[in-house]
Amino acid sequence: MSPPRTLFDKVWDRHVVVPETADTPGVLYIDLHLVHEVTSPQAFTEIEARGLKVRRPDRTFATLDHSTPTLPAGLNGLKPYVTPEAEAQVHALEANCALHGVSLAGWDSADRGVVHVMGPELGLTQPGMTVVCGDSHTATHGAFGTLAFGIGTSEVAHVLATQCLIQRRSKAMRVTVDGVLSPGVSGKDVALAVIAELGFGGGTGFVIEYAGEAVRSLDMEGRMTLCNMSIEAGARAGMIAPDEKTVAWLKGRRHVPRGEAFERAAADWLTLASDPGAVFDAEVVIDGATIRPMATFGTTPDAGAPIGAPVPQPASDSERKALAYMGFEAGRATTDQPVDVVFIGSCTNGRLPDLRAAADVLRGRKVKPGVRMLVVPGSEAVRRDAEAEGLHTVFTQAGAEWRIPGCSMCIAMNGDFVGPGQLAVSTSNRNFEGRQGKGARTILASPATAAASAVMGVLTDPRLFLEKVDA
Amino acid sequence: MPEPFRALTSKVLVLSQSNIDTDQIIPARFLTTTSREGLGRHAFHDWRYEADGTPKPEAVLNRIDPPEHRILLAGDNFGCGSSREHAPWALVDYGFRAVISTSIADIFSSNALKNGFLPVVVDQAVWDDLAAHPEQPVTLDLETQELRRGNHAPVAFTVEPFARQCLLDGVDTLGWLQNHLPAVEAYERARAKEPA
Ligand code: SF4
Repeated sequence: MSPPRTLFDKVWDRHVVVPETADTPGVLYIDLHLVHEVTSPQAFTEIEARGLKVRRPDRTFATLDHSTPTLPAGLNGLKPYVTPEAEAQVHALEANCALHGVSLAGWDSADRGVVHVMGPELGLTQPGMTVVCGDSHTATHGAFGTLAFGIGTSEVAHVLATQCLIQRRSKAMRVTVDGVLSPGVSGKDVALAVIAELGFGGGTGFVIEYAGEAVRSLDMEGRMTLCNMSIEAGARAGMIAPDEKTVAWLKGRRHVPRGEAFERAAADWLTLASDPGAVFDAEVVIDGATIRPMATFGTTPDAGAPIGAPVPQPASDSERKALAYMGFEAGRATTDQPVDVVFIGSCTNGRLPDLRAAADVLRGRKVKPGVRMLVVPGSEAVRRDAEAEGLHTVFTQAGAEWRIPGCSMCIAMNGDFVGPGQLAVSTSNRNFEGRQGKGARTILASPATAAASAVMGVLTDPRLFLEKVDA
Repeated sequence: MPEPFRALTSKVLVLSQSNIDTDQIIPARFLTTTSREGLGRHAFHDWRYEADGTPKPEAVLNRIDPPEHRILLAGDNFGCGSSREHAPWALVDYGFRAVISTSIADIFSSNALKNGFLPVVVDQAVWDDLAAHPEQPVTLDLETQELRRGNHAPVAFTVEPFARQCLLDGVDTLGWLQNHLPAVEAYERARAKEPA
């Protein structure tokens, strides 16, 4: 009998090409390599300088998302790129993909989307795979029981040229969220609660497996939100064991096997759970029933608390500096400061259920005058589905802007940004100083919270609106 | 391929803040480049410059002579956040070759080591002592994996053995990986035989 293994062990073991030794790391096979325009140009340059080709273009998929404008082309037919460099970067990826025979979800593609929204949608991401991208939020794909992690541009070149990475096995941590989540508490709130518990660097060196009743209760999109933010606790990856929800979600997607091959694949996927008795290097247990809608108050994603709770006393100079930057005071709630911008979108919360949750709050209501609200679907598919349901009308009638898919204000490199000193409630994943624009102040929260805050003009617990619906 | 790295002696530049993320090291709006060259001018950009582009006189990075400070002494969890390799590219181009901290983010370390930039983790007591004497030159000896300064006893640090060998010898990691291609092909053949 082989010893009990974790989900991570099972996926890892399947992909070892050369085992690691004390002196040398192992060689790990990569099933799926996702590529975007920002972290790939120097990698293509590198392999071309060596006269190499992309070794497995059939395992490589590219999209345009970070530098792309979210407003349509003007009357002159030109896309409103923020700078000529941004446009050049997009053209560089188009040229590299054409040269190497890599599929690109480009401007004319109905598949284009933020890389971590697009991969699962197309069924490229499947349980048991190894998935990498030059992007730290690659952990998103772990919601399907894949081992998915971000890599640097030198490693992008490694994977392009060899389909492999030089790796050492990470440690494994299990985060169990037990209990039943309260109404109004979403995957984002669970993610922010977990990160607050672990601390910003608490997951460094680990791959996290999320388990427990509350995790199982999340839909696939909620699980993606949770895995997406694993890096915000410093973890390399986050994973959730596949179950019937995973299988049902994937069935019929373009790159997923069909018919009998699907049945066989699904049966295999369901074996990818941690064995009873599998040993983790660290275990954390959180009571899901105690999680409330969360919002951050500092400039790191772990500086979060239930909405309305007083800001804790800073324990270090860094925390004092963060509070000064945010303009928040210890001992007071953050719910009385006027919000300038609300952003709904990103690979964390730019999927259909996220937009539905926001629309449910906004339906029949208005964005408070003076608040700018931007809704950016995570992909063309999300945009089509949302428009088919009329969600775009809910947003525009409320006074929000409805945009073309892309990363947009999550990273503020395409011209969509929060102004200096402005306070934003954002469904993205990072509240670092200047992340959403130079001098921008970011509160991270769920889509429902963001929408409720847009209506009230201050950070607002979305259960306020739930209760009104019940009444 | 990075230049070999054996030992480095320099004063340390103290950036005591914890959680210095890669958005601080190089803000995202400078990532629309297709080259890895010349990013030093954007290193810590928003710490160094006002919105209108004028240098901030109070910023420590504007008050030092960069060639004298090749080593950063940074607060806990340095290099967290985005996986952008532009962060070590910018630091190296600016003139830094190493960072000492009490913890350093995984992807940043991995990226740094591929670019001749040494991440060194020490405990809090050593960190505090280094921070108290920023004028004292520090030697980071990769061969012996020791941090030395003045009359102090050397402090051991560890670097993953393969990454260390690559830095010492200037090994080309992509070339190393390519040498394993026969094993990769065998792996692919074996997988293809499995029922899908
Ligand atoms: S949406 Fe934000 S976090 Fe996600 S890939 Fe784009 S920039 Fe990165």
